[in-house]
Amino acid sequence: MSSIPDNLKYTASHEWIRIEGDTAVVGITDHAQAELTDIVYVELPEVGRTLAVGEGCGVVESVKTASDLYAPIAGEITEINSALEDAPEQVNESPYDEGWFFKLKISGEPDLSGALDAAGYASQIGEC
Amino acid sequence: MTDPRRTALFETHQALGARCIDFGGWEMPVQYTGIVDEHRAVREACGLFDISHMGELMVGGARAAEFLDHALTNTASKLGVGEAQYSLMCNDHGGVLDDLYVYRVAKEVYLLVVNASRIAEDLSELQRLVAEFESTCTVNVVDESDNLSAVAVQGPHVNRFISQLFPESGLIAVERPAALEKNQIDAFIFEGKDVYVSRTGYTGEDGFELIAPNEIIKILWERIMELGRDHGVKPAGLGARDTLRMEMGYPLYGHELSEDVSPLEAGLGFFVDMEKSFRGRGELGFQEKEGLTRRNMAFAMTAKSPPPREGYTVWVGDEKIGAVTSGTQSPSLRTGIGMAYINQPHAKRGTEIEIEIRGRRFPAELRKKPLYQKT
Repeated sequence: MSSIPDNLKYTASHEWIRIEGDTAVVGITDHAQAELTDIVYVELPEVGRTLAVGEGCGVVESVKTASDLYAPIAGEITEINSALEDAPEQVNESPYDEGWFFKLKISGEPDLSGALDAAGYASQIGEC
Repeated sequence: MTDPRRTALFETHQALGARCIDFGGWEMPVQYTGIVDEHRAVREACGLFDISHMGELMVGGARAAEFLDHALTNTASKLGVGEAQYSLMCNDHGGVLDDLYVYRVAKEVYLLVVNASRIAEDLSELQRLVAEFESTCTVNVVDESDNLSAVAVQGPHVNRFISQLFPESGLIAVERPAALEKNQIDAFIFEGKDVYVSRTGYTGEDGFELIAPNEIIKILWERIMELGRDHGVKPAGLGARDTLRMEMGYPLYGHELSEDVSPLEAGLGFFVDMEKSFRGRGELGFQEKEGLTRRNMAFAMTAKSPPPREGYTVWVGDEKIGAVTSGTQSPSLRTGIGMAYINQPHAKRGTEIEIEIRGRRFPAELRKKPLYQKT
């Protein structure tokens, strides 16, 4: 069973979102990192880039494959986790804390209508 | 689409929590605990792979040696009983139909271990060649793939326990598996059945490949896990098999090898005996005389980059000089590595190249195979 914290929102493409005021922090789920295993490279969007919901904005690479990363919410990138450049394994070790990917300033009211809650995500990955 | 086939070890893999993928029409474990973990186990201790998907063709008859010399690039007739060699089968244009291991298991009997995805093709090609070769049919080609399973036990610790599996001496020549030299094979009794044991592998480590009837492969697997427990044995999947072979620069059919490339272009001239006649020899002779237009080379990334992958373009300056055929992040070297077909005149060790990854170029260097060497 993977960890799916109750205080986060999730996407069907395995990103998690934590809302902090007008900022959203984004990463990939414990389930996603376990599926990928051995993450060796993370490519993140540039600070200042504006993203629409569902827009491709990065790549996570394991030994075996490359997987695209999608913006779970619209906004402008304000910060990226540059520590992942030298230590991509942090995504495996701590997907919800040290392994966060980027922060974005939410455009307008946060629209999380398309996102899943913890129970919804658990059900989607067949863990309930 | 037909459902993927499963080996006799499928339930064993499930019980071990393996993640499976389709490989050449087979549902095979890609990893158990993780590719890097399994890769390290093989480099430092011991890994156990299910390779039952691979094909086993028996070629027998009074003229079997002569026939294989005609059908394959390497010289099977030079093998003594109990010896093995890597070889290739070419089409009329010198393109690679398959790469395979040839074992001489008796004076007039050879065992060919071929790629899973090529079994049907190899069988029909060999049978057609037999019919061309002679009218009296004293050579038989029999597909034993459905009856036989196989495992590879690879790593520096394997030799410490492998012989305990087989208390009786070999049926061909040696007393016990540990006495086999590289590229030697013998048959040993296990649970009342003959098991072929060869000192071969696809990892660059010392190790053995064991071919056994389906009905005893599960117990053989369990015995190896038991005997190897104190020697660090771990089950290893196709993911680690792939990263291990890439570090060695070994080709994989469908990536470095296909009907559109020749063994010489693949850098496998060592396994092509140009002194004899064989199918495809004409075109290879022409390539040898005229010089190759491209060659498969190993490379390593020389700065931080995403892992190189199959299909990425290779550049020198503004010129596209080739394409990547296999690539990964090397667990041993901790950098991106791969193989690529490189157009001449660039296919030289030390050439600085760039690999295009998602529109950006990253520096790399053509290197000698193997990329990884034991220190």
